[in-house]
Amino acid sequence: MSSQPINAANSKPTNVVVAGLGGQGVLKASDILADVAFSAGLDVKKSELHGMSQRGGSVSSDVRFGQRVFSPMVPEGEADFLLVIAADQVPVNAWALRPGGVLIDASMIDESSLPNKRSINVALLGMLSRHLQFPVEAWTAAIGRNLPEKLHEANLQAFSMGRALERR
Amino acid sequence: MAAFDCGVGLGTGYPGTPSTEILESFAALGGRAQWSPNEKVALEVAIGVAFAGARSIVTMKHVGLNVAADPLFTVASTRLDGGLVVVSADDPGMASSQNEQDNRRYAPAAGVPMLEPSDSQEAYEFTVRAIEISERWHVPVLLRLTTRVCHAKSIVRRGTVTVPPPGPAHFEHDLPARVRIPAYARAAHPQLRKKLAEVAAWNDEAGPNQLLPGPAKLGIITSGVSFLHVREVAPEASVLKIGMTYPLPLERMKAFAASVERCIVIEEGDPYLVESARAAGIAVEGKPESFRFGELNSARVRRILEGDNTPEPKRAAGKPPAFCPGCPHRNVYTALKNLDCIVSGDIGCYSMGALPPFEAMDTMVCMGASIGMGLGLRYSLPPEQAKRVVSIIGDSTFVHSGITGLVEMVYNPPASGHVLVILDNGTTAMTGLQEHPGTGRTLVHAKTGKVVFEELARTLGIHNVYVIDPTAEPEKFQQTIQDCLARPELSVVISRHNCLLANRWIREYERCNEQPTD
Repeated sequence: MSSQPINAANSKPTNVVVAGLGGQGVLKASDILADVAFSAGLDVKKSELHGMSQRGGSVSSDVRFGQRVFSPMVPEGEADFLLVIAADQVPVNAWALRPGGVLIDASMIDESSLPNKRSINVALLGMLSRHLQFPVEAWTAAIGRNLPEKLHEANLQAFSMGRALERR
Repeated sequence: MAAFDCGVGLGTGYPGTPSTEILESFAALGGRAQWSPNEKVALEVAIGVAFAGARSIVTMKHVGLNVAADPLFTVASTRLDGGLVVVSADDPGMASSQNEQDNRRYAPAAGVPMLEPSDSQEAYEFTVRAIEISERWHVPVLLRLTTRVCHAKSIVRRGTVTVPPPGPAHFEHDLPARVRIPAYARAAHPQLRKKLAEVAAWNDEAGPNQLLPGPAKLGIITSGVSFLHVREVAPEASVLKIGMTYPLPLERMKAFAASVERCIVIEEGDPYLVESARAAGIAVEGKPESFRFGELNSARVRRILEGDNTPEPKRAAGKPPAFCPGCPHRNVYTALKNLDCIVSGDIGCYSMGALPPFEAMDTMVCMGASIGMGLGLRYSLPPEQAKRVVSIIGDSTFVHSGITGLVEMVYNPPASGHVLVILDNGTTAMTGLQEHPGTGRTLVHAKTGKVVFEELARTLGIHNVYVIDPTAEPEKFQQTIQDCLARPELSVVISRHNCLLANRWIREYERCNEQPTD
């Protein structure tokens, strides 16, 4: 798999859609990703619909980063990466992925191997991190900033496991 | 953040997606913020703050402005001493709302200037500008947001626009400026129109509008988040982005339209800009009616620009929300279904009682309507049906606008009686677990006065008042409803069990509030 180059010459933003069900940490995962991109000095926009999400309904969050980002929404069929935390939500969100885009979903991870099942969102970020040229330290720092301290260890482990799974 | 940086003295509002986070963020920064029982009260409190010469911000979702419309229309013609910003968060596409109303219509209807930011940075800057405009012309300013401005995050540079700090709060008698008896109101209306004409002239000259020059072939007039979609799809096009959308910068629009071969308006929702431009004699192209519904996005903007009217692809439906496992509302709906009730419903998590597997809520119109509608059904239906009508309302919604319905029930009781069920789960669950006057805790969860529903109902003269935990005693709950339905009397049944999502927090707040402070 090729990695998404992020440099000044690349004027098109990178588009990521994070999806799942309410309560799975969709928004938390997208916050961490946006934080990593922001720390790298990129323009970042994210937006989501989450009025009913706490009640276990579908929820998705669009994250876009690059030299300059306009719309906060990922255009249809232009997502470079689609992260789906609930495997059964893949068909619902398939519209977002561009041809040749990368799908990363929960079925690719053995949930029982995680120190905490709730960290699956961060494990998927670990897999995503292989495709993006952000240093591991940036991810670690963003996880630290976005989660309470008592959850750091479990999530850092989940991140590393995800990252180890995805070979370039 | 802008409200905090401007020295706003008080933020008020009622929770509603997608506006809820504004006051919570303001409070987290250290601002003084409080939830009001409803949007009307919130605006009235904010008006008092402005009359005192201090700055205020009041937040609500689009339908909330309907509730606050009464004070809005009249305060427009009063003289405010401190800046007053009214935030209306619209929900095109209805991600979490009962209608798709476009609140830009309120600005011309009420005669209040309106600003429309398109991203987080502009939300910051336009809030500051709104304070500035409000204080310069002594009028309230409507800050109109939409879901993709509210529930979007983009980088914000703080302090890019500033206003001088507010002066000390102070009151001088000036009855003609603040009392709207007809004698004073008649003089105030032409004054308001004069102010708006001044604001319009200023908007044409120096308003927060942006001209992006490009080839003369295509010119786009746009505002709000639609501007970002336009930039995405047509980065080369000439664009007039309007930041202040009432009163409109009509001279600039006229000049812009004349400078391009094809001038098209790209706007989400109602054809507000298109109609306003045309009424001013500016020839512009609008969007086909089908794009009035739902949110715009890059793909839809591309279709409008290309005149592509082929059917839009349908996306697979997502999973609908459902009651949490063990939610106290479940047993309530089971009972109402078992008793074959006609359920006049209301707005909150329990609106999901209309969805499978229950499908047991028959009506839902607006906040508080369950009681009035239930009474109307009771007055009109034949006795066999009338005696099965139940009104069902959540705790926060009851405080918001159910209390007047309960008064109506006491004042005009139906011949068959009536049964009101108040679903008291100890929080405003739907919008994300906010406090309300029935919880006895403030926006920041500190202990305060508490409205006790059973005492209120008894005080109003209802004799049959019951408080039951539907989780602990589901049979008793159903039996009580059945008994109440059998009597031609008024009954209030309070279903009390904390929301499962909120319970952990509620216990934590209670523990903190019990600890001695000194």
